[in-house]
Amino acid sequence: MTQSAKTVLLDVKEASRSFGGLKALSEVSLHIDTGELIGLIGPNGAGKTTLFNLLTGVYPPSTGSIILNNESIGGMKPYKINHKGAARTFQNIRLFTSMTVLENVKIAFHQHARHSLFTSMLRLPKHFKGEDEITQKAMDILKIFDLDEQSEEVASNLSYGNQRRLEIARALAAGPKLLLLDEPAAGMNPNETRDLMNLIAWIRKEFDLTILLIEHDMSLVMGVCDRIYVLDRGMLIANGTPTEIRSNPKVIEAYLGQEA
Amino acid sequence: MEYFIQQLINGISVGSIYALIALGYTMVYGIIKLINFAHGDVFMVGSFIGLYSARYLANAGFPPVVVLILSLVISMTISALLGITVERLAYKPLRKSTRIAALITAIGVSFLLEYTGVLILGPQAQGFPDIMDKKQYTLFGSSIQVESNQVMILLTTIILMIILQYIVRYTKTGKAMRAVSFDVEAARLMGINVDRTISATFAIGSALAAAAGVIFGMTYNSVDPLMGVMPGLKAFVAAVLGGIGSIPGALVGGLLLGTVETEISSLGFSSWRDGVAFAVLILILIFKPSGLFGKNVREKV
Repeated sequence: MTQSAKTVLLDVKEASRSFGGLKALSEVSLHIDTGELIGLIGPNGAGKTTLFNLLTGVYPPSTGSIILNNESIGGMKPYKINHKGAARTFQNIRLFTSMTVLENVKIAFHQHARHSLFTSMLRLPKHFKGEDEITQKAMDILKIFDLDEQSEEVASNLSYGNQRRLEIARALAAGPKLLLLDEPAAGMNPNETRDLMNLIAWIRKEFDLTILLIEHDMSLVMGVCDRIYVLDRGMLIANGTPTEIRSNPKVIEAYLGQEA
Repeated sequence: MEYFIQQLINGISVGSIYALIALGYTMVYGIIKLINFAHGDVFMVGSFIGLYSARYLANAGFPPVVVLILSLVISMTISALLGITVERLAYKPLRKSTRIAALITAIGVSFLLEYTGVLILGPQAQGFPDIMDKKQYTLFGSSIQVESNQVMILLTTIILMIILQYIVRYTKTGKAMRAVSFDVEAARLMGINVDRTISATFAIGSALAAAAGVIFGMTYNSVDPLMGVMPGLKAFVAAVLGGIGSIPGALVGGLLLGTVETEISSLGFSSWRDGVAFAVLILILIFKPSGLFGKNVREKV
């Protein structure tokens, strides 16, 4: 594709996760190169969100390893993984709905800011400089998502589609290398979905992002992703380009059921 | 009428103390959904630290205002550290267990602090040094009197409230606190260090209780290791009255409870005072369990 050598950003080796007797993921191995846009699909309950939870540290893998940017992050605390460069959105929107749009984005920036409670309390110049800078950066990101005019609005007042977009904006504020999007288009109408996909393609270039995307809408995943991984009942059943996936009998079976 | 206003003024100063303690209850509840029953005893520890620092500083010959401010600062700092330590040692290991386990532990910590106090300081009450001369002011040529102490209590409370409001609204730590109290899991995944945020909450709550302890000591002149029990419970009532988890609620609940109590005693029912406070709790729990400022809690399914 490009002349520069590909570097692996995320490398998952035989990661498993069980809850009691239920094996939600078994020995999933996948790798994502820097700059790729990868789709993750599978029927309901296939373990897609569980995989996201492992990648972001919600719970550690039962076995196996996860390497982000040459560093093992399996079992690391979520906020540390976030600082290492993996940010995510949620399948069911989890904004801080009582705060304003701007505050939602600023809070993610804040965690990477240098000024502390101490400097803020004493209102040292560093505080103002840091604060202004953060507000500016947050507004820049909101602008990209066309949310800048609603920056003082309380997050819960946004339309559903805009709440989804705000979640992505908030994830971007952490300055991630790897962006994990859990069904970003869920519940959006076809127009909103198309705009969102264009936007995702655009921020990927603009912010040099690597993106892993969970999505149900097949046509959409097929349209934007470089490669696709397919999960079914906790196991990886296929991996390849959209065209390969489309004609893969195992995938068809998982989605449509075995023909009698 | 004048008598009523006089009692209102008295009530506000008692209420300020309740409000300062109630803030700690409500903040901790907001963030980890724990009723920290040891909070009243942090108030007691704060009062004792204030007593010893005031004694020492007054003997060293500092002017009264400096003694007051330094005693407050010392007491608040040490109590904040105590709060953090209690959280780390007693509550953090239980964060994933049931809420009732943490609650019982809180009661245990409360007894531990009380009787460690009795062991070290002895059970008898000690006199709090008079930091400032007590003066009486007469208002508007009427018979309403305001003590200098009451002015000091109100001033201290207002200043601390402003600082608290500033921290919660505008600082990184404050925003993290709001985010964590809203959705721990999402906050964590947005890069917020939840453990540190919880520690900060305990520190701030304990510091406010310590400030209440110092001004309590200055007002009533007597401190003992079990002094935290009643104000602690009353502040809990105040927090529930205002809506537990709500910072303005704790303030209003505290002031309201303080005034109700004083007015009741002033009507000649002083032996009913504590009973009325708990009757308020029962009424609130029956008619508006979410409190005056509380949100209706929707259980997540």
